[in-house]
Amino acid sequence: MKKILVALAGVLAITSMSVQAADWSTVRLGVDATYPPFESKDANGNLVGFEVELGEAVCKEMKVKCEWVVQDWDGIIPGLLARKYDAIFSSMSITPERAEQVAFTEPYYNTPSGWFAKKGASYNSKDLATLAGARVGVQRGTIQDTYASKQLEGKATVVRYTAADEFIIDLFAGRLDLILIDVPVGEELLAGDDRGVGYAMIGTEPLGDGAAAALRKRDGDLMEMFNKALRTVKSNGVYDKIRVKYFSYDIKM
Amino acid sequence: MDWLVQLLDSNQIFTTSTVLHYWDGLVVTVQLVFISLIIGLVLSLPLAILRTHRNPWINRPIWAYTYVFRGTPLLIQLYLIYYGVTYIPGIQESVFWFIMKDALYPALLAFVLNTAAYTTEILRGAIVATPMGEIEAARAYGMNFSKTMRRIVLPSAFRRALPAYSNEVIFMLHASAIASTVTIIDLTGAAKDVYSQHYAPFEAFTFVGAIYLCLTFSILFLFKRLEKNLLAHLAER
Repeated sequence: MKKILVALAGVLAITSMSVQAADWSTVRLGVDATYPPFESKDANGNLVGFEVELGEAVCKEMKVKCEWVVQDWDGIIPGLLARKYDAIFSSMSITPERAEQVAFTEPYYNTPSGWFAKKGASYNSKDLATLAGARVGVQRGTIQDTYASKQLEGKATVVRYTAADEFIIDLFAGRLDLILIDVPVGEELLAGDDRGVGYAMIGTEPLGDGAAAALRKRDGDLMEMFNKALRTVKSNGVYDKIRVKYFSYDIKM
Repeated sequence: MDWLVQLLDSNQIFTTSTVLHYWDGLVVTVQLVFISLIIGLVLSLPLAILRTHRNPWINRPIWAYTYVFRGTPLLIQLYLIYYGVTYIPGIQESVFWFIMKDALYPALLAFVLNTAAYTTEILRGAIVATPMGEIEAARAYGMNFSKTMRRIVLPSAFRRALPAYSNEVIFMLHASAIASTVTIIDLTGAAKDVYSQHYAPFEAFTFVGAIYLCLTFSILFLFKRLEKNLLAHLAER
């Protein structure tokens, strides 16, 4: 009996310690690794991309150890709230709906969204009536999904995918007529496949208020650490050094 | 109905539009499962009979088919049929593309091939289990092969296969959830949409789980009735 009590006390001590251990010596970052050039996996399965390097730089600035947790996009906010990781560092655009669930840091980049279609297709993104009857691919739960679902309702079919690398296959296969995706991601996915040469961007939409890291609302101390570190890397040249490796144009915000 | 609309309007997640979305998903799930089970059953009957054939050139290929489709996950089969075929050169220009372009037919094809493999083995087991004496008696009456099958073997084999087949139907219903991975908005796909819209996994998936539960129990109820009628001679007295 006594042994059991001691063991129980030990377990309790350990669990209460881990609750207290919000000293952030290790920060777990949730990421959907299907989004080149921001985050993807290389041939060896290692995480690579602009945001992966930026995240490492931010962690270095915060003097914490970073651990990356790979998570599908459609479950990325529930995963944060369920404490599978402490921050989402995965090209998440700031939207009012998301801000109800999570707290956003200051934004760190902004890129428009782009329509991609077969070269020579007669779609005009400025006149959505030309998209009538088309099949439009988006990643489920993205700002592109929200925009397309609203604007194209009753006009075209919006097809939702779990991962960005899945709907590029269907675009090449001809199952989709158009896709709406972050411009650099769309360009990278087209460049990463031989069949991509037959496709081009036919228009852009300025969606979202910039991408930021998302945290649980209660972690105000971590928020301060992130914002401070982000401001530092943005001003001391670390950000730009990483940026030029991936983009020929400025995306800083 | 007004009270229902009012209740839904006062609800954050289960608004009229999300409930209708679930309803559309339910229709798709029921269609998918029902059609694949029917086609699968029709295919499996001749396959099961041929599978019991003595000639290895006839029964081995069928054995290989059921072995492969029962030995690999349905998700992999679906991915191969849906995404895999797009890499075959010239497929887009072929007549098959008419079928493969839509997400529904590749899913249906995967489900049919999968359930036919399982059902073939269930039926084969039931056919093989026919008591030798019954077949000898049929022969003694001068019945030929097809008559023996039709009058003696298959009726009792169907009865024996019924409990195992009810499991297959329920497995098929549950397995149909993976249709949502290839853009089909079935029940699970609808739940995923609601989940990503409202970031409410608990509500979205609990609700859809309850619908699956109702479907499962309806199927169980139907099979219980069937078994009561068809297997009355085996019931405890």
